[in-house]
Amino acid sequence: MNVAFDINGQPVEVQVEPRTTLADCIRHDLRLTGTHVGCAHGTCGACTVIVDGDAVRSCLILAVQMQHAKIVTVEGISNDDALTPLQAAFRKHFALQCGFCTPGILITAHALLTEEPNASEDRIRDVLSGSICRCTGYIPIVQAVLEARAAYQVQARSAAA
Amino acid sequence: MKLPRFEYASPTTVQEAVALLAASNGTAKPLAGGQSLVPILAFRLAAPSLLVDLRRIAGLDTIAIDDAGVHLGARVRWCDIEADARLATAHPLLAAAVTHVAHYAIRKRGTVGGSLAHADPAAELPGIAIACDAELTLVGPSGRRSVPAEAFFLGPLTTALAPDELITQIRLPPWPSARRWGFQEFARRRGDFALAGVAAFYDLDSAGHAANSHIGVIGVDDRPRRLTAAEAVLNGRTVDANAITATAEMAARIVDPPDDIHGTARYRRALLATLVERALTGAPAKA
Repeated sequence: MNVAFDINGQPVEVQVEPRTTLADCIRHDLRLTGTHVGCAHGTCGACTVIVDGDAVRSCLILAVQMQHAKIVTVEGISNDDALTPLQAAFRKHFALQCGFCTPGILITAHALLTEEPNASEDRIRDVLSGSICRCTGYIPIVQAVLEARAAYQVQARSAAA
Repeated sequence: MKLPRFEYASPTTVQEAVALLAASNGTAKPLAGGQSLVPILAFRLAAPSLLVDLRRIAGLDTIAIDDAGVHLGARVRWCDIEADARLATAHPLLAAAVTHVAHYAIRKRGTVGGSLAHADPAAELPGIAIACDAELTLVGPSGRRSVPAEAFFLGPLTTALAPDELITQIRLPPWPSARRWGFQEFARRRGDFALAGVAAFYDLDSAGHAANSHIGVIGVDDRPRRLTAAEAVLNGRTVDANAITATAEMAARIVDPPDDIHGTARYRRALLATLVERALTGAPAKA
């Protein structure tokens, strides 16, 4: 089947089987391999992407459901050379080791802080509980997201002004 | 695993969707948020010939509140319930229960209709439906029918929904503002399915005694159920520590919890007693 959507601001059109998940479509058809597939049944959070503003599991969505959708992957929240505040905070706090889960966590944190720039530490922990990381023990991840929060608050204030 | 092969359709009306389901002789499945169905496909536990996606059908994603209660469309998501400030008073028990459903990203896709149709014995919304005497609206080829929650859940992942029927909405009866209530569940990790959970409420009669008690439980039987014998212990009594302990003891006695790798039956029974106690102890403060 044919499906057309926007990904990271670019319109794309792909030919996929109905059973192709959005995660596989992003990786295999669009060759955006920043999105990782861990468990492939919605438990681990590695494949999380943003669809129409919502952080969602791309392994639990069919690509054919994405007609007219606006999708953002981890590639879409970076600025080429300069690190974003979220990336810089992850680096500073060693919030990743093997890095496999990192794209899903970055996307989740970005979606959360965009939607709720004043999210409390409790809220951040609650939301991050949907992502499994076997390396870090989570504490540096929470610290990084808390540090990056200030940049999202500034952005939200300037958007409101 | 990769999903098995299937066809895909995204009709724009309930009638078209039902016609597609009916034409498949029971081999098609409706797809809403996909947060339970797609994992089942990934595990190859089901291999439908056709998925009928409900995403383009208008009117299934509304939350309406009127004299008949709270009406949740089948495609209402957990995050929609969370974001609807009216529900804090229109149905605080529902609002509290939904905070326990899954994780952030799942909550952005998972739906009311999907949870009811999936009928996991530990899922929150089926428990609320049972505890609150909810009524489900099902639409099939021969028209619409209403089914009380009590007659809908038949066993683990088994419901009264026919293969050619769709759930279009669930209605929770009106919620008196003075009602006392509590929701408690325990899961090993945040967002996991509960090992046991309780949705309880009661009203107070003119003498200040509990009346109209409803105690619904999840995770401790093959389906969500009301504990009428425990409700009978509470009804007509002043809700004090003795009444609460007696009710919790009765609750633990009459359930038939599973014995599995997540917890023994004995453990779940003891856990349920604690949760019933907490739900009833916390109830007055929230009213």
